[in-house]
Amino acid sequence: MLVLEKNAMTEEIEQLVEKYGRSRSSLLPILQDIQRKHKHIPDFAQQEIARLLDIHPVEIYSVITFYSFLSTTPKGKYIVRLCQTIACDMQGKEAVAKAIERELGIKFGQTTKDNKFTLEYANCVGMCDQGPAMIVNENVYTKLTPEKAIQILSELK
Amino acid sequence: MEKKERKGIVLFSEYKRGEAIKKALEKSREEILFELRESKLKGRGGAGFPTATKWNMVAAAKSDKKFIICNADEGEPGTFKDRALLLEYPELVFDGMVIAGYTIGASEGIVYLRGEYEYMLKSLNDYLEAMRKDNLLGKNIVGKNGFDFDITIRLGSGAYVCGEETALIESLEGNRGEARNRPPYPVNTGYMGKPTVVNNVETLAAVPHIVLKGGEWFKKYGTDKSTGSKLFSVSGDCERPGVYELPWGTTINELLEIVGAKSVKAVQVGGASGICIPKSQFNRSLAYEDAATGGSIMIFGENRNMLHVLKNFMKFFVEESCGQCTPCRIGNTKLSEGIEMIEKGEYTFAYINKLKELGQTMKVASKCGLGQSSPNAFISILENFKEEIFNGNGGRNGK
Ligand SMILES: Cc1cc2nc3c(=O)[nH]c(=O)nc-3n(C[C@H](O)[C@H](O)[C@H](O)COP(=O)(O)O)c2cc1C
Ligand code: SF4
Ligand code: FES
Repeated sequence: MLVLEKNAMTEEIEQLVEKYGRSRSSLLPILQDIQRKHKHIPDFAQQEIARLLDIHPVEIYSVITFYSFLSTTPKGKYIVRLCQTIACDMQGKEAVAKAIERELGIKFGQTTKDNKFTLEYANCVGMCDQGPAMIVNENVYTKLTPEKAIQILSELK
Repeated sequence: MEKKERKGIVLFSEYKRGEAIKKALEKSREEILFELRESKLKGRGGAGFPTATKWNMVAAAKSDKKFIICNADEGEPGTFKDRALLLEYPELVFDGMVIAGYTIGASEGIVYLRGEYEYMLKSLNDYLEAMRKDNLLGKNIVGKNGFDFDITIRLGSGAYVCGEETALIESLEGNRGEARNRPPYPVNTGYMGKPTVVNNVETLAAVPHIVLKGGEWFKKYGTDKSTGSKLFSVSGDCERPGVYELPWGTTINELLEIVGAKSVKAVQVGGASGICIPKSQFNRSLAYEDAATGGSIMIFGENRNMLHVLKNFMKFFVEESCGQCTPCRIGNTKLSEGIEMIEKGEYTFAYINKLKELGQTMKVASKCGLGQSSPNAFISILENFKEEIFNGNGGRNGK
């Protein structure tokens, strides 16, 4: 990271610490905000959060790796999470999955070269009555067909 | 958010925001606890612990700080009724939290909302803001001197196990969401080590109705041991999937009729952690004393491959086990591998029986409810559908 970027990151984390409070219980909200904005939690951010909350950096790393929505490596601008659980599976998730893989040219678990899309599976997202369902960043899409899913992704800028 | 007009006997009966808060604040805490005890309301999050007992323990505890946590982590496969409550009836959930705060002596409420439901966050926060404007939250609520209470929403980050109450508290405290040994229970040492009530969304949503109409009224619905109504999240092979409010004690047959399910082979009651009930037992009733459920009902039609269903459930547990204890971490992997062996036709019955025994061990030796209940599906599906699975081409009869 460049010095300027580092300074900006430090400032950002200081603001988050200010907002949520200087205590361990603020850790997840802080990590979630960094993840949302930067699509991962860079090493430097981990160190800074550790310093400002007075926690060992290893602890931060260990928390990040526990949660599937947090990551230490960069994800795409849009994280596509397709539900793989049984109700969606029975409603045609497999065909949707194949279509998305074909269209984006990547497999599940991968990110497109232009860093626009990361494709992942999710477990039941609470839309079983309207499956197949997927969540893109925080928005939920239901009753997917291969065509509808591709349409939704192609409209994302 | 779209608000669907629902009609129901208890939860979906008419209610005006703030009504029950006003009534509750005219009463003493003891009176509220009395009505709650009369209602025999039990937790809707799965374990079915009597709500009045839980509240009473925290109300009686001496502490400078106490908390009420609303468990909105709803992650059990096939469950989505809390989604309906939060989107369409936030007044019930939040008013229930305010009443809980008053009764147990807490000034802070926290909603732990699963990360997958982040799309609700804005509307829920707007709703809380409107409550603050109307003095249903904040200082001296509706003019009651000395009763201050507010609610914050915290997001999860994609871990099913965080729905387990001690893992949830760990997560709120900024840790990995690993379940703690219980006891001690959250009512003694909960969030920040303080006495804490953790309740499911639906449990809290019942409270305003009980406060307004009384425990006697609530008890009129349901059975002796399972009072009131239950929200069922119905998915799978039926004409009308969705959320249904029905009295406890409704039989599976009755429910299938209501949702328009025909030629059904099996019903998974209670999600992936629940049990798989074959056709021959569709006369069983949905109640704590019979087929208990947090609300998940998944319907499988005649042509479904039950081994495929089981495989899907076990994959879920392998992924969601927090890995802290061996029976669950290794056990779920072993059960999962067993299913693949059956799929390929490379198994012996001796080994399958060993796996069933392993399942029994996991039930007693796992640290939290995840590992204790994950073998349920394995055991009940292999038992109830052995004909199909073992005689039918090793389960390779298509989906
Ligand atoms: C693995 C696991 C996941 C759970 N997930 C939830 C959940 O999403 N929502 C919930 O209310 N309870 C869940 N529970 C049950 C909680 O531990 C706890 O019993 C419940 O929140 C208490 O509230 P109640 O008494 O109102 O039911 C889960 C339990 C386990 C073992
Ligand atoms: S039973 Fe499973 S989820 Fe629960 S503590 Fe053990 S490993 Fe973690
Ligand atoms: S199974 Fe896909 S949303 Fe529940």
